[in-house]
Amino acid sequence: MSELIEAQKARLYRTTIGFWVYLMTDCLLFASLFATYAVLRTATAGGPGAADIFELPLALTETIILLVSSFTCGLMLLGLQAKNRRQVIVAMALTYALGVAFLAIEIGEFAKFVAEGHSWQQSAFLSAFFTLVGTHGLHILFGLLWLVVMLVVVVRRGLTPKVTRQLTIFGLFWHFLDLVWIFIFTVVYLLGVAS
Amino acid sequence: MTLTKYIVGFVLSLLLTLTAFFLVENDLLSGGALIWTLGVLALVQMIVQLAYFLHLGDELRPRYKLASFSFMTGILLIIVVGSIWIMDNLNYNMMEMSPQQKTDYMNTQRDKGF
Repeated sequence: MSELIEAQKARLYRTTIGFWVYLMTDCLLFASLFATYAVLRTATAGGPGAADIFELPLALTETIILLVSSFTCGLMLLGLQAKNRRQVIVAMALTYALGVAFLAIEIGEFAKFVAEGHSWQQSAFLSAFFTLVGTHGLHILFGLLWLVVMLVVVVRRGLTPKVTRQLTIFGLFWHFLDLVWIFIFTVVYLLGVAS
Repeated sequence: MTLTKYIVGFVLSLLLTLTAFFLVENDLLSGGALIWTLGVLALVQMIVQLAYFLHLGDELRPRYKLASFSFMTGILLIIVVGSIWIMDNLNYNMMEMSPQQKTDYMNTQRDKGF
Protein backbone atom coordinates (compact mmCIF):
# COMPACT_ATOMS: atom_id res chain seq x y z
CA MET A 1 0.00 0.00 0.00
CA SER A 2 2.68 2.47 0.97
CA GLU A 3 4.59 1.46 -2.17
CA LEU A 4 1.59 2.47 -4.24
CA ILE A 5 1.42 5.84 -2.51
CA GLU A 6 5.15 6.35 -3.10
CA ALA A 7 4.73 5.51 -6.79
CA GLN A 8 1.86 7.98 -7.08
CA LYS A 9 3.92 10.69 -5.37
CA ALA A 10 6.81 10.08 -7.77
CA ARG A 11 4.43 10.30 -10.70
CA LEU A 12 2.93 13.56 -9.42
CA TYR A 13 6.47 14.94 -9.03
CA ARG A 14 7.40 14.00 -12.62
CA THR A 15 4.19 15.48 -14.02
CA THR A 16 4.77 18.72 -12.12
CA ILE A 17 8.37 19.08 -13.33
CA GLY A 18 7.34 18.39 -16.94
CA PHE A 19 4.58 20.98 -16.80
CA TRP A 20 6.92 23.47 -15.11
CA VAL A 21 9.32 23.20 -18.05
CA TYR A 22 6.41 23.92 -20.42
CA LEU A 23 5.59 27.02 -18.34
CA MET A 24 9.19 28.21 -18.66
CA THR A 25 8.98 27.97 -22.48
CA ASP A 26 5.68 29.85 -22.30
CA CYS A 27 7.51 32.55 -20.33
CA LEU A 28 9.89 32.91 -23.26
CA LEU A 29 6.94 33.32 -25.63
CA PHE A 30 5.73 36.17 -23.43
CA ALA A 31 9.28 37.57 -23.17
CA SER A 32 9.40 37.90 -26.98
CA LEU A 33 6.01 39.62 -27.03
CA PHE A 34 7.07 41.96 -24.19
CA ALA A 35 10.27 42.83 -26.08
CA THR A 36 8.23 43.54 -29.23
CA TYR A 37 5.83 45.74 -27.27
CA ALA A 38 8.67 47.61 -25.57
CA VAL A 39 10.36 48.32 -28.90
CA LEU A 40 7.14 49.41 -30.65
CA ARG A 41 5.52 51.29 -27.74
CA THR A 42 6.11 54.70 -29.36
CA ALA A 43 5.42 53.63 -32.98
CA THR A 44 1.90 55.06 -33.02
CA ALA A 45 1.83 56.13 -36.71
CA GLY A 46 -0.30 59.19 -35.94
CA GLY A 47 -2.80 57.10 -33.93
CA PRO A 48 -3.34 57.22 -30.17
CA GLY A 49 -0.55 56.38 -27.71
CA ALA A 50 -0.80 54.31 -24.54
CA ALA A 51 -1.70 57.33 -22.36
CA ASP A 52 -4.58 58.28 -24.69
CA ILE A 53 -6.56 55.05 -24.63
CA PHE A 54 -5.79 52.99 -21.51
CA GLU A 55 -8.05 53.30 -18.48
CA LEU A 56 -6.16 52.52 -15.28
CA PRO A 57 -9.17 51.81 -13.00
CA LEU A 58 -10.38 49.17 -15.48
CA ALA A 59 -6.92 47.57 -15.63
CA LEU A 60 -6.75 47.63 -11.81
CA THR A 61 -10.13 45.86 -11.63
CA GLU A 62 -8.82 43.17 -14.01
CA THR A 63 -5.66 42.81 -11.91
CA ILE A 64 -7.58 42.37 -8.66
CA ILE A 65 -10.07 39.92 -10.20
CA LEU A 66 -7.20 37.79 -11.51
CA LEU A 67 -5.37 37.96 -8.17
CA VAL A 68 -8.49 36.82 -6.29
CA SER A 69 -8.96 33.99 -8.79
CA SER A 70 -5.33 32.98 -8.23
CA PHE A 71 -6.15 32.84 -4.51
CA THR A 72 -9.29 30.74 -5.00
CA CYS A 73 -7.21 28.46 -7.22
CA GLY A 74 -4.89 28.09 -4.21
CA LEU A 75 -7.94 27.14 -2.09
CA MET A 76 -8.67 24.46 -4.71
CA LEU A 77 -5.11 23.07 -4.31
CA LEU A 78 -5.49 23.11 -0.52
CA GLY A 79 -8.79 21.23 -0.85
CA LEU A 80 -6.98 18.72 -3.03
CA GLN A 81 -4.34 18.27 -0.35
CA ALA A 82 -7.02 17.76 2.32
CA LYS A 83 -8.98 15.43 -0.04
CA ASN A 84 -12.00 17.68 0.46
CA ARG A 85 -14.03 17.26 -2.72
CA ARG A 86 -16.60 19.87 -1.77
CA GLN A 87 -13.95 22.54 -1.21
CA VAL A 88 -12.29 21.64 -4.52
CA ILE A 89 -15.54 22.00 -6.46
CA VAL A 90 -16.54 25.30 -4.79
CA ALA A 91 -13.05 26.77 -5.31
CA MET A 92 -13.03 25.65 -8.96
CA ALA A 93 -16.42 27.27 -9.55
CA LEU A 94 -15.23 30.53 -7.96
CA THR A 95 -12.03 30.51 -10.02
CA TYR A 96 -14.09 29.91 -13.16
CA ALA A 97 -16.50 32.76 -12.40
CA LEU A 98 -13.63 35.20 -11.73
CA GLY A 99 -11.81 34.06 -14.89
CA VAL A 100 -14.94 34.68 -16.96
CA ALA A 101 -15.33 38.14 -15.38
CA PHE A 102 -11.70 38.97 -16.23
CA LEU A 103 -12.11 37.81 -19.83
CA ALA A 104 -15.39 39.71 -20.20
CA ILE A 105 -13.72 42.98 -19.12
CA GLU A 106 -10.80 42.35 -21.47
CA ILE A 107 -13.01 41.56 -24.46
CA GLY A 108 -15.09 44.65 -23.63
CA GLU A 109 -11.93 46.77 -23.66
CA PHE A 110 -10.76 45.29 -26.98
CA ALA A 111 -14.21 45.80 -28.53
CA LYS A 112 -14.24 49.43 -27.38
CA PHE A 113 -10.82 50.10 -28.96
CA VAL A 114 -11.87 48.48 -32.23
CA ALA A 115 -15.20 50.37 -32.27
CA GLU A 116 -13.29 53.65 -31.83
CA GLY A 117 -11.13 52.76 -34.83
CA HIS A 118 -8.08 51.79 -32.76
CA SER A 119 -7.73 48.20 -33.89
CA TRP A 120 -4.48 46.25 -34.40
CA GLN A 121 -4.38 47.58 -37.96
CA GLN A 122 -3.88 51.21 -36.95
CA SER A 123 -0.30 51.21 -35.72
CA ALA A 124 2.61 48.99 -34.74
CA PHE A 125 2.01 49.99 -31.11
CA LEU A 126 -1.57 48.69 -31.25
CA SER A 127 -0.51 45.51 -33.09
CA ALA A 128 2.01 44.82 -30.32
CA PHE A 129 -0.57 45.64 -27.62
CA PHE A 130 -3.27 43.34 -29.04
CA THR A 131 -0.77 40.53 -29.60
CA LEU A 132 0.72 40.67 -26.10
CA VAL A 133 -2.51 41.17 -24.13
CA GLY A 134 -4.50 38.97 -26.53
CA THR A 135 -2.06 36.06 -26.11
CA HIS A 136 -2.50 36.29 -22.34
CA GLY A 137 -6.28 36.42 -22.82
CA LEU A 138 -6.12 33.33 -25.03
CA HIS A 139 -4.23 31.50 -22.28
CA ILE A 140 -7.00 32.48 -19.84
CA LEU A 141 -9.63 31.24 -22.31
CA PHE A 142 -7.91 27.85 -22.64
CA GLY A 143 -7.49 27.73 -18.85
CA LEU A 144 -11.25 28.24 -18.48
CA LEU A 145 -12.03 25.45 -20.97
CA TRP A 146 -9.60 23.20 -19.08
CA LEU A 147 -11.32 24.14 -15.82
CA VAL A 148 -14.81 23.24 -17.13
CA VAL A 149 -13.57 19.84 -18.28
CA MET A 150 -11.88 19.23 -14.91
CA LEU A 151 -15.04 20.29 -13.06
CA VAL A 152 -17.03 17.59 -14.91
CA VAL A 153 -14.28 15.04 -14.19
CA VAL A 154 -14.15 15.88 -10.47
CA VAL A 155 -17.94 15.66 -10.14
CA ARG A 156 -18.08 12.32 -11.97
CA ARG A 157 -14.93 10.55 -10.77
CA GLY A 158 -13.93 12.26 -7.55
CA LEU A 159 -10.35 13.02 -6.47
CA THR A 160 -8.47 10.08 -7.98
CA PRO A 161 -4.64 10.22 -8.24
CA LYS A 162 -4.95 11.10 -11.93
CA VAL A 163 -7.40 13.94 -11.24
CA THR A 164 -5.07 15.17 -8.48
CA ARG A 165 -2.16 15.35 -10.94
CA GLN A 166 -4.26 17.17 -13.52
CA LEU A 167 -5.60 19.71 -11.03
CA THR A 168 -2.13 20.32 -9.59
CA ILE A 169 -0.74 21.34 -12.97
CA PHE A 170 -3.86 23.38 -13.69
CA GLY A 171 -3.09 25.25 -10.45
CA LEU A 172 0.46 25.95 -11.65
CA PHE A 173 -0.91 27.20 -15.00
CA TRP A 174 -3.39 29.56 -13.37
CA HIS A 175 -0.88 31.00 -10.87
CA PHE A 176 1.55 31.47 -13.74
CA LEU A 177 -1.00 33.48 -15.75
CA ASP A 178 -1.46 35.83 -12.79
CA LEU A 179 2.33 36.24 -12.66
CA VAL A 180 2.45 37.23 -16.35
CA TRP A 181 -0.42 39.67 -15.80
CA ILE A 182 1.55 41.57 -13.11
CA PHE A 183 4.03 42.50 -15.83
CA ILE A 184 1.32 43.36 -18.37
CA PHE A 185 -0.33 45.62 -15.74
CA THR A 186 3.01 47.27 -14.91
CA VAL A 187 4.61 47.57 -18.34
CA VAL A 188 1.58 48.14 -20.57
CA TYR A 189 -0.92 49.93 -18.34
CA LEU A 190 0.95 51.69 -15.49
CA LEU A 191 4.05 52.73 -17.45
CA GLY A 192 1.93 53.44 -20.56
CA VAL A 193 -0.34 55.85 -18.73
CA ALA A 194 2.50 57.42 -16.73
CA SER A 195 4.68 58.36 -19.70
CA MET B 1 1.38 24.62 1.18
CA THR B 2 -0.91 26.05 3.85
CA LEU B 3 -3.82 28.48 3.99
CA THR B 4 -1.70 30.97 5.95
CA LYS B 5 0.86 31.08 3.12
CA TYR B 6 -1.82 31.72 0.53
CA ILE B 7 -3.35 34.51 2.63
CA VAL B 8 0.04 36.14 3.20
CA GLY B 9 0.84 35.91 -0.53
CA PHE B 10 -2.55 37.33 -1.46
CA VAL B 11 -2.39 40.28 0.95
CA LEU B 12 1.20 41.16 -0.05
CA SER B 13 0.32 40.99 -3.78
CA LEU B 14 -2.73 43.18 -3.23
CA LEU B 15 -0.72 45.79 -1.30
CA LEU B 16 2.03 45.86 -3.95
CA THR B 17 -0.51 46.25 -6.77
CA LEU B 18 -2.37 49.06 -4.99
CA THR B 19 0.89 50.87 -4.14
CA ALA B 20 1.91 50.82 -7.82
CA PHE B 21 -1.55 51.98 -8.87
CA PHE B 22 -1.67 54.92 -6.44
CA LEU B 23 1.86 56.02 -7.40
CA VAL B 24 0.73 56.42 -11.01
CA GLU B 25 -2.82 57.63 -10.33
CA ASN B 26 -1.64 60.49 -8.06
CA ASP B 27 1.48 61.37 -10.11
CA LEU B 28 3.68 60.89 -7.04
CA LEU B 29 6.81 60.14 -9.05
CA SER B 30 7.93 60.75 -12.61
CA GLY B 31 10.60 59.82 -15.14
CA GLY B 32 13.31 57.34 -14.22
CA ALA B 33 12.33 57.19 -10.52
CA LEU B 34 8.82 56.03 -11.44
CA ILE B 35 10.03 53.41 -13.94
CA TRP B 36 12.48 51.95 -11.41
CA THR B 37 9.96 51.98 -8.55
CA LEU B 38 7.26 50.26 -10.65
CA GLY B 39 9.84 47.76 -11.90
CA VAL B 40 10.96 46.91 -8.37
CA LEU B 41 7.33 46.62 -7.15
CA ALA B 42 6.55 44.19 -10.02
CA LEU B 43 9.69 42.14 -9.31
CA VAL B 44 8.91 41.96 -5.57
CA GLN B 45 5.37 40.82 -6.39
CA MET B 46 6.80 38.21 -8.76
CA ILE B 47 9.03 36.86 -5.97
CA VAL B 48 6.09 36.89 -3.51
CA GLN B 49 3.91 34.90 -5.92
CA LEU B 50 6.71 32.50 -6.85
CA ALA B 51 7.29 31.80 -3.17
CA TYR B 52 3.72 31.76 -1.81
CA PHE B 53 1.64 30.61 -4.83
CA LEU B 54 4.04 28.58 -6.98
CA HIS B 55 6.00 27.22 -3.96
CA LEU B 56 9.38 27.60 -5.64
CA GLY B 57 11.13 27.86 -2.25
CA ASP B 58 9.64 24.60 -0.90
CA GLU B 59 11.28 22.49 -3.59
CA LEU B 60 13.52 19.66 -2.42
CA ARG B 61 16.93 18.97 -3.92
CA PRO B 62 17.69 18.59 -6.79
CA ARG B 63 15.95 21.86 -7.53
CA TYR B 64 14.95 21.27 -11.16
CA LYS B 65 12.24 23.93 -11.06
CA LEU B 66 14.62 26.57 -9.76
CA ALA B 67 17.31 25.54 -12.28
CA SER B 68 14.95 25.75 -15.28
CA PHE B 69 13.54 29.01 -13.93
CA SER B 70 17.03 30.55 -13.64
CA PHE B 71 17.93 29.44 -17.16
CA MET B 72 14.67 30.89 -18.50
CA THR B 73 15.36 34.19 -16.70
CA GLY B 74 18.75 34.43 -18.40
CA ILE B 75 17.27 33.93 -21.88
CA LEU B 76 14.41 36.31 -21.03
CA LEU B 77 16.82 39.08 -20.04
CA ILE B 78 18.84 38.62 -23.24
CA ILE B 79 15.67 38.84 -25.38
CA VAL B 80 14.05 41.79 -23.58
CA VAL B 81 17.05 43.92 -22.54
CA GLY B 82 18.89 43.14 -25.79
CA SER B 83 15.93 44.14 -27.98
CA ILE B 84 15.27 47.38 -26.11
CA TRP B 85 18.95 48.31 -26.05
CA ILE B 86 19.60 47.71 -29.75
CA MET B 87 16.33 49.15 -31.06
CA ASP B 88 16.48 52.30 -28.90
CA ASN B 89 20.05 52.92 -30.04
CA LEU B 90 18.94 52.47 -33.62
CA ASN B 91 16.05 54.92 -33.17
CA TYR B 92 18.33 57.43 -31.47
CA ASN B 93 20.95 57.26 -34.20
CA MET B 94 18.38 57.55 -37.02
CA MET B 95 16.29 60.25 -35.34
CA GLU B 96 17.73 63.31 -37.13
CA MET B 97 17.64 61.80 -40.61
CA SER B 98 15.13 62.33 -43.41
CA PRO B 99 13.86 59.18 -45.18
CA GLN B 100 16.24 59.85 -48.10
CA GLN B 101 19.19 60.23 -45.71
CA LYS B 102 18.25 56.95 -44.01
CA THR B 103 18.20 55.15 -47.34
CA ASP B 104 21.58 56.65 -48.29
CA TYR B 105 23.02 55.77 -44.88
CA MET B 106 21.84 52.15 -45.10
CA ASN B 107 23.20 51.84 -48.64
CA THR B 108 26.64 53.06 -47.47
CA GLN B 109 26.54 50.59 -44.57
CA ARG B 110 25.61 47.78 -46.95
CA ASP B 111 28.47 48.67 -49.32
CA LYS B 112 30.86 48.47 -46.35
CA GLY B 113 29.83 44.86 -45.94
CA PHE B 114 27.59 44.88 -42.86
